[in-house]
Formats: sequence, structure tokens, C-alpha cells
Amino acid sequence: MTERATIIRDSVAVGAATAAYGISFGAVAIASGLSPFQAQALSGLMFTGASQFALIGVIGTGGGALAAVAAAAFLGVRNSLYGFHMATILHVRGAQRLAAAQVTIDESTGMAMGHEDSPANARTAFWATGISVFVLWNAGTLLGSLGAGLLGDPARWGLDAAIPAAFLALLWPRLSNATARFTAVIAIILAIIATPLLPPGVPILVAGGCAVGLGIAFEHRRNRGPHSTQVNE
Amino acid sequence: MIWVAVLGGSISCFALKLLGYVIPERFLAHPNIMRVTALIPVAFLAALMPVQTLIGGDGQLVIDARLAGMLVALIALILRVPFLGVIVLASVTAALTRATGLMP
Repeated sequence: MTERATIIRDSVAVGAATAAYGISFGAVAIASGLSPFQAQALSGLMFTGASQFALIGVIGTGGGALAAVAAAAFLGVRNSLYGFHMATILHVRGAQRLAAAQVTIDESTGMAMGHEDSPANARTAFWATGISVFVLWNAGTLLGSLGAGLLGDPARWGLDAAIPAAFLALLWPRLSNATARFTAVIAIILAIIATPLLPPGVPILVAGGCAVGLGIAFEHRRNRGPHSTQVNE
Repeated sequence: MIWVAVLGGSISCFALKLLGYVIPERFLAHPNIMRVTALIPVAFLAALMPVQTLIGGDGQLVIDARLAGMLVALIALILRVPFLGVIVLASVTAALTRATGLMP
């Protein structure tokens, strides 16, 4: 097997794994009150998993369109950084640049970064992963949304627990350092406090925004080292 | 209303992706921007979690079968169960907790 064929095989495997996750997205989108068309539009047009889950999460708890769009956009900010990085490897122009932007997500960027010893291999990994995830994620969404329609009341099957479980599973691999763990705990506490006080959807934005600020402050303190803690004692 | 959110969110997310391909290097390469961008997914996913687990239809805090599902999801993640497995276990737990009348 050539190196290129191996990269493509691995990329399709990543796409197949996200298909399973697309099935759960399709099912919980229906449980949140979306139609199968709306679920499919999100997977085709938005095409970035965490933002899609955030949008249906806000809608499912009665939040307004603006809060839902803002939550999705905040989670999509990291794709700007990915695009910024990939632009230096892909050198795309015109319609190709639009296509590259649309498939710039965690998986395609991650696979490309894994092959950066050779720019040609990184490009192969990016496009093969991006396209296979796009196709299989959309196929998974279709299966999930149509399957959910046959089930009836989503709560009877526990599908309302699937949404927060998806957030937890998306969050889990990102908790690799103390700053991330601190930020997550602050966000959870603030979201619980803010929820009875603010309109639906808004607590997520307030808690998320404040937690990022406090997380940055926490990292600054830690970086100043033991000297600053001595002053406090 | 849902279509407004779907299309508005999709346009915003595509614009953010495209932004990375057109923005000059000096804007995003700043270490503080990199730090904030790395923390945003953590903060927002964490904030979404309790809202989805503990908020009832009336917008007030409520303890129900979703919390049981989340505890099982947490255990599954510690045991390195893959993504779809975690979701299925959480759903099955919530469904069984309701069916047996342990929690609403």
C-alpha cells in the first residue's frame, strides 16, 4: 500500500467514526424540535459538530434564534484558527478556497497536522478527511433523523439525556490541562446560577464568556509561578 | 424561528471558517488570541451541559432521569467508551430510570 493510499484509508476511517456520531446528531435534533430538513440543512451548511449540537441545545430548551446562533458561532471560532493554519499548506484560491473553508473542522485539520512532514501528504489528509467526514456525517444525520421520527416521544427513549451526554463527550478530551478543567468547572457553576435568572439561551453565553475570562486570568496566575502564591500567604 | 437560527448559524459558522483563509497573519498569531480560542470550546461545552441536564420545560432547575443518564455517561467516558456508546448508554439509562419510575 502506498503512503497516499494509507492516508486516504485512515481518513475514510475517521469519516466512518463520525457517521456514528452523525446518527446521534440527527436523532437529538428531532428530539429538540427540528424537522429532518432542518437537521440536514445544519449538517450540510453549518457542518461543524459542536456548533450544531449547541444550536439545537439552545432551541430545545426554549432559547431564541439569536442566542442559538451566538452559541453556535462561539463554538465555531476555533475553525478560524484551523483555516488560518491550513491556508499556509493548501494555497487555495476561488471556488477551491470556499470548499476548503467548508470542510475546515477538527477532524480534517487534525489529520493534516499529523502529516505535516510532507505538505503533499498533509493536503491529501485534509481533503480526504474533510470530504469523507462531510459525506458520512450527512448520511448519518439522515439515518438518525428519519429513525427518530419512527420512535415517537423522544423522552421515552431517553434521547433528552443524549444531548448533554454529547456535550460531555465532546468536552472530555479537551480537559487535558488545569486551565481547561478550571474553566469548565466555572462555566458549569455560572450556568447553573444564571439559568433561573436570565432568559433561555442567554445563561450559556454569559457563563461561557465569563469562564473564558476567568480561565485566562487563572492561567496568568499560574504562569507567574510560586512567587505570587507566596505573596498571598 | 428555527429556520432563522439554522440559516443564521450556518452563515456565521461558514464565515468564521472562511475568515481564517483571508485574515492577515499578524491578527491571529498573537498568543492571547490563541489562548482565548483554545478555551472557548471548553467553556461553552461546559456551560451547555448543566443547562441541558437540569432545566425543565418551565425554565427552572429540576432533577430528573437526565441526571442519571449523565452520571452513567461520565463513568463510560472514564472507562474510555467511544462517543456513540456514551450517548447510547446515557439514553438507555434515562429511559430505564423513567420506565421503572425511579425518576421523572
